[in-house]
Amino acid sequence: MTTTTNSPASTPRPPAAAGTGLAPRRRPGKQPAPSRTGYWFLAPYLFFFALFLVWPILYGLWMSLTNRSLVNDESSFAGLSNYSEALTDPQMWSSLGNTLFFTVISSVPLILVSFAMAYLVYTGLRGQWLWRLTFFAPFLLPVSVVTAIWAFLFTNDFGLINGLLDRFGINQVGWLSDDQVAMWSIALVTLWWTVGFNFLLYLSALQNIPDHLYEAAQLDGAGTWRRLFSITLPMMKSTTGLIILLQALASLKVFDQIFLLTAGGPNGATRSILQYIYDAGFTGYRLGYASATSYIFFALIVLVSLVQMWFAKRKDS
Amino acid sequence: MATSTTAATAPAGSGREPGGPDVDARTRARVQKKREAEHLRTLTLGPGRKGRAAAYTVVAVLAALWALPMAWAVLSSFKSEADVSAAPLQFWPEGGWTADAYRSVLAAGDIPLWIWNSVLVSTLVTVITVTISALAAYAFSRQKFRGRRWLFVLTIAALMVPPQILIVPLFDQMIALRLSDTLLGVALPQVVMPLMVIVMKNFFDQIPVELEEAARLDGASDFRVFYSVVLPLSRSILTAVSIFVFISAWNNFLWPFIVTNSPEIMTIPVGLGTVKNAYGVQYASEMASAMIGALPLLIVFMLFQRHIIRGFATSGMGGQ
Repeated sequence: MTTTTNSPASTPRPPAAAGTGLAPRRRPGKQPAPSRTGYWFLAPYLFFFALFLVWPILYGLWMSLTNRSLVNDESSFAGLSNYSEALTDPQMWSSLGNTLFFTVISSVPLILVSFAMAYLVYTGLRGQWLWRLTFFAPFLLPVSVVTAIWAFLFTNDFGLINGLLDRFGINQVGWLSDDQVAMWSIALVTLWWTVGFNFLLYLSALQNIPDHLYEAAQLDGAGTWRRLFSITLPMMKSTTGLIILLQALASLKVFDQIFLLTAGGPNGATRSILQYIYDAGFTGYRLGYASATSYIFFALIVLVSLVQMWFAKRKDS
Repeated sequence: MATSTTAATAPAGSGREPGGPDVDARTRARVQKKREAEHLRTLTLGPGRKGRAAAYTVVAVLAALWALPMAWAVLSSFKSEADVSAAPLQFWPEGGWTADAYRSVLAAGDIPLWIWNSVLVSTLVTVITVTISALAAYAFSRQKFRGRRWLFVLTIAALMVPPQILIVPLFDQMIALRLSDTLLGVALPQVVMPLMVIVMKNFFDQIPVELEEAARLDGASDFRVFYSVVLPLSRSILTAVSIFVFISAWNNFLWPFIVTNSPEIMTIPVGLGTVKNAYGVQYASEMASAMIGALPLLIVFMLFQRHIIRGFATSGMGGQ
């Protein structure tokens, strides 16, 4: 094994692998001359990076300027018409609106509940193993297992939730079929499924708080609530910033659980922007148009990341 | 409860065991850990009983709410179809408990195949991703070459690209490469994970460079140094990243769903989610399938809980 994998690296001066073909400039007086083995280490990664990331990005950008279709091979240049069509389509805006609505109603509980869970476990309550398992395990379920379980819980008459409501004489709710309720139900499923990830991030951050901070506060006579608000929460500021960003980006990319639970219904009330792209490309066969919408969505994601970075920078200085 | 028994028996046992010092050290560590937990409880919840009682109540309620959906699914999977769809709700099935749903689901046959496909795909993705990312991370961390900075900035920028926007061009690309509806087509586009390169670079940056220089003085090549000096020191991060990548690949839905068409090629999330039986919705069977689909990762989690938790915490935070 070692002999085969070792050979390219031990060659003293391999031809430039990454295609740069530039000779390294020697800097006398500094460490041994920069070796070009760096390219060999990078080559496999760059190969896949170029093939499955850079190329599709460029190819998708090109496609977005054509009216390429999934069903026939002819495609012609369409200029920016796909973009102008997307930007004037009320359905695109409503699915974008749904996505933003979902992002808000899912992110807030996902952050608050995960912090509460992490804090409780962090305080050293007995039964650590059990609490961690219960809060984190749903995150390990494949999405279709999650949606199967919840579709069953949400069913009328013999679903657990409606069945219980029925027992107590309360009217059943169309959890997934009422267009006023459906997105909230999706957010609930998402909370149950993914809270474990934020929980772990918070837990590991909490465990890095040095004990002596609490001890000092205790000596100063701060009560336990006071210690939570004046020490724990301020120490969690940067972690919370990171979790908000990760959560917002994850929520904006919502697709799987909606697609499997409601397929965007009822009446498009839960259709997310990614589903709009999927519908355009793979149900409507309009790959060019789907690519253009992908790029509009991409712009939104980049914008959110940049805004967050700007905030983080401003806080630092 | 379990904790109190270990505390009571451990010191007595340690005196009797022949491997004295070792067991003793372990006991001491355990006692120490307990004392620290108690100390932290006092610091965060106060010395009184009130704070603790409140904390236990809240954590127990949350845990019960979180366990309930899964528990209900397990119970329902052991009922007959008639009892599952009976209204009003039956908590104790009239027809008794049965494993019929499991029998019929396994007899229908696709689920074991999907699990096998998921094992193949996730293993392939993990091996390739970890290998190429570790090599690249080492190059970014240690080696000097032209364009290093620029390529690393490109990798960081790639973090912002949502994989979902690539599905349309990738799908076209897979058809051109004749990889659509194949396991390779499912696996290969998933191996580019810039976050893993960054996580591992951050780790390599913290290994003292002296060790590598010593090996280099002994005449070891760059690759030799990486393979015999750096990798053995990086076991923890390699485990963390492998776990993260494996689970992400196992649970990936959108791309495998787009690129597969035949049921024999599907992975477990795609198969369970899209292939429905011809008799309409049968909830007992649905729950049985879901439980079988959930089992592999849950077993892995029970076995490697510590590693998985650490793996997600480090990889998720970008290795900070």
